[in-house]
Amino acid sequence: MKDLLHIEQLKTHFSTEAGTVRAVDGVSLHVRAGETVCIVGESGCGKSITAMSVMGLVEGPSGKVVGGAIEFDGRDLLAMKANELRTVRGNDIAMIFQEPMSSLNPVLKIGEQIVEPLMEHRKLSRKEARARAIDLITLVGISRPEQIMDSYPHELSGGMLQRVMIAIAVSCNPKLLIADEPTTALDVTIQAQILDLLRSLKDEGGMSILLITHDLGVVAEMADYVVVMYSGKVVEEGEVVELFNNPKHPYTQGLLKSKPIINQRKDTLYSIPGQVPNPLELTESCYFHDRCQHCMEICRTREPKLKDVGQGQKTACWLYEEEALAHV
Amino acid sequence: MSLAKGELAGPGKAGAKAKAAAKSSLWSDSLRRLLKNKLAVFGFAVVVFMFAVCFLGPMFSPYADNKINMALMNKAPSAKHWLGNDALGRDVLTRVLQAGRISLTVGLASMVLSVLLGGLLGIIAGYYRGVADQIIMRVADLLLTIPSLPLLFIAGALLSEWKVPPDYRMYIVMIMLAIVGWPGLARMVRGQILSLREREFMQATTVLGLRSRRKLFNHLFPNLVPLLIVIATLNIGGAILSESVLSFFGLGVTPPTPTWGNMIDAANNMIDFEKRPWLWIPPGLSIFVTVVAINIFGDGLRDVLDPKKGR
Ligand SMILES: Nc1ncnc2c1ncn2[C@@H]1O[C@H](COP(=O)(O)OP(=O)(O)O)[C@@H](O)[C@H]1O
Ligand code: SF4
Ligand SMILES: [Mg+2]
Repeated sequence: MKDLLHIEQLKTHFSTEAGTVRAVDGVSLHVRAGETVCIVGESGCGKSITAMSVMGLVEGPSGKVVGGAIEFDGRDLLAMKANELRTVRGNDIAMIFQEPMSSLNPVLKIGEQIVEPLMEHRKLSRKEARARAIDLITLVGISRPEQIMDSYPHELSGGMLQRVMIAIAVSCNPKLLIADEPTTALDVTIQAQILDLLRSLKDEGGMSILLITHDLGVVAEMADYVVVMYSGKVVEEGEVVELFNNPKHPYTQGLLKSKPIINQRKDTLYSIPGQVPNPLELTESCYFHDRCQHCMEICRTREPKLKDVGQGQKTACWLYEEEALAHV
Repeated sequence: MSLAKGELAGPGKAGAKAKAAAKSSLWSDSLRRLLKNKLAVFGFAVVVFMFAVCFLGPMFSPYADNKINMALMNKAPSAKHWLGNDALGRDVLTRVLQAGRISLTVGLASMVLSVLLGGLLGIIAGYYRGVADQIIMRVADLLLTIPSLPLLFIAGALLSEWKVPPDYRMYIVMIMLAIVGWPGLARMVRGQILSLREREFMQATTVLGLRSRRKLFNHLFPNLVPLLIVIATLNIGGAILSESVLSFFGLGVTPPTPTWGNMIDAANNMIDFEKRPWLWIPPGLSIFVTVVAINIFGDGLRDVLDPKKGR
């Protein structure tokens, strides 16, 4: 099947006073129609910047997409003019953020903010857009939609606001929804409801979801396919069942070990020792090497490439390369 | 789907609140908080009082024609002339009120001009960036580095040199004050826009594929209004003060058009100062009270509206 979103060797760098931050450094990923792909990894590994690169949000003097290709529905997003890109955003690709409260304009009523993309992309009149907005609010599981339309963001709870954000995002029936940590800021019970909502919307509308999270619980619940990122690179990817049952990369194994398991109480949760390396101090190596229990000589000096390890799973680790064994 | 039930029932959540929300708006919310600030309300009352008295008062004065009457020259306050008479025998109270009309009008008008000019240029600089930003901010910086009073003095002196008729001077003074007033304003507006642009909800408008125009007018501008209201208010006080200083030195609005500043100037010798306080205390006090009241009110507004204080 043809990819809906096709990211190839994406490189997004920031030039700072201290040096170049290679926030995204050669990331490839593919989202097929109707599929949910999760990007998972610790904070700061480049998940958000990957998503923002797709949306064309990395701009300004410091940040730049310096290499690679992003194709959506066969069209080159990176080559699009601002005007063309505008017709894709909000219409074909929608995005929701981590903090629903700050993603909505504090001085505009909810209703106003829902009708805007409908008027912009679907060319609806204000009246038609309003009627559609009320349907959308109902669709995302909020009762009394008329009242919500006339509320300001600060009058609603975080969970409600995230529903509103989702309503806005799906208003124009996008083919792809990018959700950047959509439940991280919410209570656990609300989290589950929001994930349910996303799943049911996906099933009804047939859209694809690119879900970004650091929470493997969310991955387990949502993903068809998982991409594990570390320090701006993809270190492992595969079908969700394969990856959970048989994680190859020590980082993925660590992440899975640190995932809380329901009904299994432990006093302290395992966490991978050490910290994400400073992006400014990276030299060629496996970026995970100083946290890895299996670290070998070659890991410190040469970068392992992403490699097929069977069952459609790929991993970037010297443990799975003959070359490394020859090296020893 | 009935997923949201739990949320609706929660305390402090939308359920009960949504009803009130339909009626309440952000503005009435702000108004309520402003009314709680007694000092600000007092300041506002004083400002309204000054405007009312200055604009309506002269209508009830029998001396509004400003007839020169040498028999009443420099007469002290009396039952007929509550604040005495000036060097030409005119009623001081009537003149203070008439002067107030001019001073307040100049202050208000120059504020409107400053806000239009500074707001517009600040928005262009902050929103569109690029070359326009460079040019606007360089000019603004230049004007800001020159202290405004000397600049006004030079302009005022030029007006006198060119013998601009007194009737026109009032309008030119308004423009002069706007010219020194806009740069600070433009810079504040620009700064606010730059910080608003970084806010996530502005990023969200990009993600939604909204047009520039809609982003600017629907999303940025409403967030700018509170700041504009606060600076506009404080700007009136500053403009009244600057006009008074200029006119005091004979470089602003000149007689026979009365302003508070040039009325004080009429009492600029020792004898008048010591022996005839009714000549300068009323206009002086008017300036003081008005400017302080405007500033108190402006500060109150800032407490309520300043986005940095959060809602
Ligand atoms: N504006 C910026 N300037 C410099 N570095 C940045 C900037 N934005 C993000 N980064 C860097 O890019 C990396 C990836 O960030 P991000 O994609 O937000 O991580 P996350 O996976 O938590 O979403 C981080 O190391 C961060 O320091
Ligand atoms: S390449 Fe080496 S250091 Fe990196 S994860 Fe594999 S074993 Fe560990
Ligand atoms: Mg992030």
